[in-house]
Amino acid sequence: MTTATETTTKPATPILQATGVIMRFGGLTAVRNVDLTVNSGEIVGLIGPNGAGKTTFFNCLTGLYVPTEGTVAYKGTVLPPKPHLVTNAGIARTFQNIRLFSNMTVLENVLVGRHTRTKEGLFAALVRGPRYHKAEAASRERAMELLEFIGLENKADHLARNLPYGEQRKLEIARALASEPGLLLLDEPTAGMNPQETRATEELVFAIRDQGIAVLVIEHDMRFIFNLCDRVAVLVQGEKLVEGDKETVQGDDRVIAAYLGTPFEGDPGTEEVAEVEAAEANSTTEDER
Amino acid sequence: MTDITKDTTATTAEGAKGLIRLSESAARALTTIGGVLTAAGAFLAWTWTSNFPGDLTYYGSPAGLQWLAFTAGLLTVLFSLAGYGVKGLRWLTPTGSTAPIVLSAFAGLAVTWFSLIAIAVELGGVANWVVGGILAGIFSIVPVIGALALPKPGPATQDTGIKATLAAYVAKPSSTKPLPQLPGWQQRGIIAIVIALGLYVFTYGIDTQGGELFSGFLFLAVFGLWALHSAGLLDRFSALTEAHKGYAVTLAFAAAAIFPFTQNNDHDANVGVNILIFGTVALGLNIVVGLTGLLDLGYVAFLGVGAYTAALFSGSAYSTITGFSLPFWAAALAGTAASLVFGVLIGAPTLRLRGDYLAIVTLGFGEIFRITVRNLDGSSGPDITNGPNGIADIPDLSIAGFNFGESHNIAGFTLGRFANYYLLMLIVTVIVVLVFNRASDSRIGRAWVAIREDETAATAMGINGFRVKLIAFALGASLAGLAGSVNAHVSSSVVPDPYVFAGPVAPNSAFLLAAVVLGGMGTVSGPLLGAALLYLIPEKLEFLKEYQLLAFGIALIILMRFRPEGVIANRRRQLEFHEDKDQDPTEPTAPAAPAATAGV
Ligand SMILES: Nc1ncnc2c1ncn2[C@@H]1O[C@H](COP(=O)(O)OP(=O)(O)OP(=O)(O)O)[C@@H](O)[C@H]1O
Ligand SMILES: [Mg+2]
Repeated sequence: MTTATETTTKPATPILQATGVIMRFGGLTAVRNVDLTVNSGEIVGLIGPNGAGKTTFFNCLTGLYVPTEGTVAYKGTVLPPKPHLVTNAGIARTFQNIRLFSNMTVLENVLVGRHTRTKEGLFAALVRGPRYHKAEAASRERAMELLEFIGLENKADHLARNLPYGEQRKLEIARALASEPGLLLLDEPTAGMNPQETRATEELVFAIRDQGIAVLVIEHDMRFIFNLCDRVAVLVQGEKLVEGDKETVQGDDRVIAAYLGTPFEGDPGTEEVAEVEAAEANSTTEDER
Repeated sequence: MTDITKDTTATTAEGAKGLIRLSESAARALTTIGGVLTAAGAFLAWTWTSNFPGDLTYYGSPAGLQWLAFTAGLLTVLFSLAGYGVKGLRWLTPTGSTAPIVLSAFAGLAVTWFSLIAIAVELGGVANWVVGGILAGIFSIVPVIGALALPKPGPATQDTGIKATLAAYVAKPSSTKPLPQLPGWQQRGIIAIVIALGLYVFTYGIDTQGGELFSGFLFLAVFGLWALHSAGLLDRFSALTEAHKGYAVTLAFAAAAIFPFTQNNDHDANVGVNILIFGTVALGLNIVVGLTGLLDLGYVAFLGVGAYTAALFSGSAYSTITGFSLPFWAAALAGTAASLVFGVLIGAPTLRLRGDYLAIVTLGFGEIFRITVRNLDGSSGPDITNGPNGIADIPDLSIAGFNFGESHNIAGFTLGRFANYYLLMLIVTVIVVLVFNRASDSRIGRAWVAIREDETAATAMGINGFRVKLIAFALGASLAGLAGSVNAHVSSSVVPDPYVFAGPVAPNSAFLLAAVVLGGMGTVSGPLLGAALLYLIPEKLEFLKEYQLLAFGIALIILMRFRPEGVIANRRRQLEFHEDKDQDPTEPTAPAAPAATAGV
């Protein structure tokens, strides 16, 4: 079976192009030469067993890690590996282990997300001219809209750390959306959620896509991934093994092997059983002697 | 090991009983009577000789420490009457009455017995207690017994150890009785009264003569404020000030401006101006430490830069810049700008480091400043700062014909030299408070807090960490420089030695940091209060001299153990308490989530 059975049905412009990304930590190569493209209006899934390098790949995309080799381009321009510049360019992300500003309020968290889209510096804050007030009010309004979008408008004044787990994950999404991204990277957005919440998150991701934001999502919940994604890439031990639509990925032996472990060479089952039986028979006869 | 199941049944059966077994009505009566007795004890003579500071030898005429005991007794009576549900006093205890009763009873006990012990120690033996003193001592125990016989508040926990039980007695209950909404003018009236009371208490503290009286004052202040806090009154008050923010802040500064008019000796104004300088610098440090979370251990250097700059341009005969002097506003700007430049110079290489490294490097830079200034004396370097001799004879300021060095008569009050500077410094403080407030509640302030909370997440949200940290560092430095330029004139000389990392007198980096942490990080009033305490305590408790740093260390450890958020909790912390109250903790949070998601 071939990799990358591209589903190029419509002419889509690439939003994200990662080419030849390699990330080494000393002797460990966490990401090996991964290419990935996300087109506008797409939801792309990134799956793989634990430790496959998915989060590391995200960190390379967002500049938290400087990739050992390879480039990341957003809408055709290569990004410098600096997180704030990447966010400024239009890529926003959430974290696998929730990283909210826990002692700030829900609203303040979202306002921090607006940092790149507002320009008021210290001087403007000290002088507080009419333009400052206007910008601040606009920021707050936009932040409240986002809170309404994720359904947390009633908790705007709560401390982020006092939110239940599921709501914290959603707040992370709102905070990321506040930077008005063209591409949203979600790292296991439903981890720790109950089925109801997971379904609601699915709807949320669709709604985000419908706003014209491309989404790249890491998830272990296969139902979630295959419900959502137009395309799925599988990462195993740092390498991109397969990329394609639902059927391609689900039908690929190597993916199954990566998730369930590799059986013996050749025809699995019969030969193996025969071998074992033969060995057992041998040992018993030896014992009898 | 105790049998837990047995323990539980035992506590649920006796959960309502007090630590001391008495019926509830007897306990209440005992606290009330005990409070009256404690107050009455103040009217007895506690010792026979007037050698003990304050002269506690009169019957019917309390002095110093006795007035403090009287106040504690009065508080106990008020809180116990509120516990009876006496109409008109119920507002005193919005969260329930037990903890305030216990704490105010302890206040009386502490003040009375501290005085008695001080008498015995200083005059040599308990023989110096006269009958009145012994009676007062016994009286002050009565309300404590009564208070501890009140039913133990809170849920009947398994832990019946003495420590846990005492903790339950003084814990602040989280539920609040709803009170009727007062009309606006009454709210404003209450704010005015409380601020006036605050001014009175503060002036009383500064005016106290002798370490004994000041210690008694501290005992009463700590237990009294704790009682008010556990009664929920401090929360009430902060809610009121939150509702009338501008009004409350204006009044607070008005009260501060009245302070020098209440003083008839200039020494207290000197204490006042030093507290303001120290507090303002602590507030600047609060931007760096409290908001941005950068541990700066060399911060006092920026105060020094400001002070030296102002001194050099002051026209002092010892200044190496001779022939011309700058007017104060220009010198203050120069001091601010010089500190700003130093802040950027020191910050640019160091702020790329995180955590511990930054602390060590700033500590080093702080010392480098002092040593450099010491060495720029013409022999080991160019003569700029006169080395260890510093710049003396800095002339007094004269702004628009108003000479700060002379006494002035204003509306019948005489304002001495330090009172003049106090008022000038108050203006600087207003500016710094304004800067702090506006900066912290803005895009840049939120970026600072975000970096403090999680630097990685903050940069992933598009914040240029280095740039934003450098702004915090530079702003903090320039505020210190501004305060330093006034400081140079107040003390009329600058020498390198005070700008050390740690020392027994303010200002030094360790004290500034302690003022911020002790007062409450990220708040405005916290560092000001912390600075006041840290300046006053060494000033008043002279007998501590040699052990000052030890006492300081112990106090910090105790505070960090029992109230890590500082005396004044951050607004965000308050919010947390607030939410605890809103949300029923027994209600599981899980059902809330699907309800919220349904709206998506
Ligand atoms: N900073 C680092 N230094 C050294 N090794 C690292 C670092 N970050 C990740 N690794 C290693 O890289 C490998 C990939 O980790 P990564 O977190 O990317 O996996 P993942 O696919 O996200 O797994 P999971 O599904 O469990 O989140 C792991 O072996 C991990 O130990
Ligand atoms: Mg991961």
